[in-house]
Amino acid sequence: MTTEQISARNDRVASTQTPPTLRLENISKTFRATRALDSVSLTIEPGEVHGLLGTNGSGKSTLIKVLAGFHAPDPGGSMQFNGRDVPLPLDPSTFRRLGMSFVHQNLGLVPSLTVLENLRLSQIALGKGRRINWRKERAAAQETLDRYDVDVEQWRRIDELSAVNRALIAIIRAFEEIREECERTGEPGLVLLDEPTPFLPKEGVDRLFQLMRQIADHGSAVTFISHDIDEVMEITDRVTILRDGKVSGEIETRDASRDQMIEMIIGRSLASAAPPVHVARKFEPMARLKGLSGAGIPTCDITVGKGEILGLTGLIGSGYDKIPYLVFGADPAHSGEMTLDDGKHFDLRTMTPAASIAENIALLPGDRDTKSGVGNMKVFENMLLPDIGGYVQGGFLRNGQMRREAKALGERFEVRPNDPELNLGNLSGGNAQKVLIARWLKREPRLLLLDEPTQGVDVGTRANIFKAVKEAAAKGMSVICASSDAEQLAELCDRVLVFARGRIVDELAGSQVDKDNITQACYSSLGTAEGRAQDAAGQDKGTP
Amino acid sequence: MSTSTESATPRKKSNVNAMRLFERYALILVWFLLIAGFSIAMPESFLRWGNFSILFASYAPAALLALAIIIPLTSGDYDLAVGATMTLSSCMIAVLNSWMDVSIELSILLALLGGLAVGLFHALFIVYFRIHSLVVTLGSTSLISGVVQWFTNSSTIGGIDNALIMWVVGGRLFGVPYAFYYAFAAAIVLWYVFDFTPLGRRLLFVGRGREVARLNGIPVEKMRVGALVASSVVAALAGVLYAGVLGSADPYSGLNYLLPAFAAAFLGSTTIMPGRFNPWGTIVAVYFLGTGITGLTMFGIPLWVTNVFNGGALILAVTISQLTRGREASDIG
Repeated sequence: MTTEQISARNDRVASTQTPPTLRLENISKTFRATRALDSVSLTIEPGEVHGLLGTNGSGKSTLIKVLAGFHAPDPGGSMQFNGRDVPLPLDPSTFRRLGMSFVHQNLGLVPSLTVLENLRLSQIALGKGRRINWRKERAAAQETLDRYDVDVEQWRRIDELSAVNRALIAIIRAFEEIREECERTGEPGLVLLDEPTPFLPKEGVDRLFQLMRQIADHGSAVTFISHDIDEVMEITDRVTILRDGKVSGEIETRDASRDQMIEMIIGRSLASAAPPVHVARKFEPMARLKGLSGAGIPTCDITVGKGEILGLTGLIGSGYDKIPYLVFGADPAHSGEMTLDDGKHFDLRTMTPAASIAENIALLPGDRDTKSGVGNMKVFENMLLPDIGGYVQGGFLRNGQMRREAKALGERFEVRPNDPELNLGNLSGGNAQKVLIARWLKREPRLLLLDEPTQGVDVGTRANIFKAVKEAAAKGMSVICASSDAEQLAELCDRVLVFARGRIVDELAGSQVDKDNITQACYSSLGTAEGRAQDAAGQDKGTP
Repeated sequence: MSTSTESATPRKKSNVNAMRLFERYALILVWFLLIAGFSIAMPESFLRWGNFSILFASYAPAALLALAIIIPLTSGDYDLAVGATMTLSSCMIAVLNSWMDVSIELSILLALLGGLAVGLFHALFIVYFRIHSLVVTLGSTSLISGVVQWFTNSSTIGGIDNALIMWVVGGRLFGVPYAFYYAFAAAIVLWYVFDFTPLGRRLLFVGRGREVARLNGIPVEKMRVGALVASSVVAALAGVLYAGVLGSADPYSGLNYLLPAFAAAFLGSTTIMPGRFNPWGTIVAVYFLGTGITGLTMFGIPLWVTNVFNGGALILAVTISQLTRGREASDIG
């Protein structure tokens, strides 16, 4: 962003006499014994990109859900939209009429419908006419796609699209909704993006930021909720920070430093702000993977040492994130064998999760809600799931013993609130992740497989999780961690393998492991991978 | 969460606990109110032990059927065919014992094997071919009903060995016919499995997060097969009980039991352990519905009211349970 742009926008924001697009005052929300929001006040001006930052459990998601009409706030709060009072609780249908739209983390697309049907969902489903004018809808959808320059065939089903395009479709749909509404009323609208970026590669994020600016320059407001401080610093004009359900600060982005923001988010400064210096260490090999191949992975060999933390990374679609699942037996491998340091030998084609767990190998999947934990089961049940057979005494499952054990583990891994009786879904994302990581670390696995272990997890929790993993590694646990976040890899890993098109194209070890090196390796990997892929294709032709 | 609100927490928490406690036992309370209401209205006829003892015996097959349903419901599959399986079992006993002179013990054994076969048939299509359980069991309901009508010539068959009738309603314990205790025993077994074995907890994980269960090393497919087979075998047992209570079997009875059994299963999941299908809640729900229907019948209210009562009670109870939880997502379904 250039300085002229910034100052131009500030002039506009400063000179405007129009009421704020959204003004919230005194919003509280109590869940049973938990105060999720405590007198939160928030003002969002027209034409600004407003960041909403906070740790998991700080109340961000609750605030969004109140705005979306999903939660009814406690009485006593007030809300104004473009200067007009809006009665609370909101009706789930009200926000659209006001000119608000949301992009939630799960995007809210219907995977089995086409791009066209998803883009025009509200017009098609809620349209007044009796007949759907498909010709008109098609034209309107194409116009939308063209306006934002998204190159996707509108007859494609959503589940055929890449993650990036899916996110872009969801976001332009939200933008379109308020654009129409604003043109009708002539008043600014508001788009709320709830962590839309974790699934996007850098280009996707840039693309999204362009879109956000486009909307803000139209005069509408954009609220951007994210964990990524760098992203927030880059795109927002002003930031509101929540901590423990309260507003802990409101700050002009250009006046703030990164450290200031971190301090407001977690309430203390991060001790490990300086990246650790990596010393190349030697590890005894613990697990050797040979000739591993599967969907999207032509073939690769990986060795991980005893006590070593090995990172796997690459751009989206490069296949690095598939490795943990193939090793664990969660996804079928086409070929490959694994040899462990005790001489045991496994054919990965016939590996199963049960066999892996029996060998004390653990997998923490990236998709927390559908693969890792069950939201409507209790914390202690989720935490002790793989060990549940060990709590039988005299033919009876000892529920009390399980609760006590879970409580102690919750203490150790700093789960908040530490109540084993709660459903896992009642915890914030970061705390749920602590529960699930406790599930595996409790078993002291020989090999821990991680996929995006800190996705959707705040800075403080991330530090907790890394600390726990590092401690376990120091005691001899081997770790393979797939992640797209270079900064995290740099903080955690002893060695990083960079993937492109399913192949390992680079290896960084020791002092080479830092954020910039990793990012650079990911992007420069494209050329090499293409070269190698062509070589491989040439060789394939040669062999019968 | 925030430290400043901690002082307010204990009182809030006790309110929450009171609410939870109420939710747990609300259905039992309503049941007693219902009994009290009928007793005041009809002190002569309703409030007699004989009346209750008939109620306990005649709803035992329904209770067993409802218990059968909650096994696959816990692991995430619907078994709509329990009614038909119950009819298959009772009609097999009647045909084998009464028409073909097979001994009653062997007839019962064959009927239970029939239930086992139905369960394996379901498992083949649901788990192996991955067809939705609603579709498979809806189809097999019609299929089994047809086969039963064929081998019974669509007629009610009496003359089942008196031994079975003696086993089921021939005697009383604490004034209640034996039939009730079979259902009671089944509830104890299920309670033990659901609450006090790792198997029960794993079954619940299979139902609530199939992929989570698989990645935690639970043999998801075996568990589902087991649940479907168990459901059909328990339904066949309900058929045995039914044949014993009535001393006869008719090929059309089972379907009338299906909907009340489902109503009881879902109604039961709102009580005792709200949010989970649980055997005691199911038993309470069956006898709650039974009490209501018995009372209404004694009022001389026409038969169609029983259907209205079954359906109305189900929808009302589940709604009230949901309202007490605010707009929180439902745990079931």
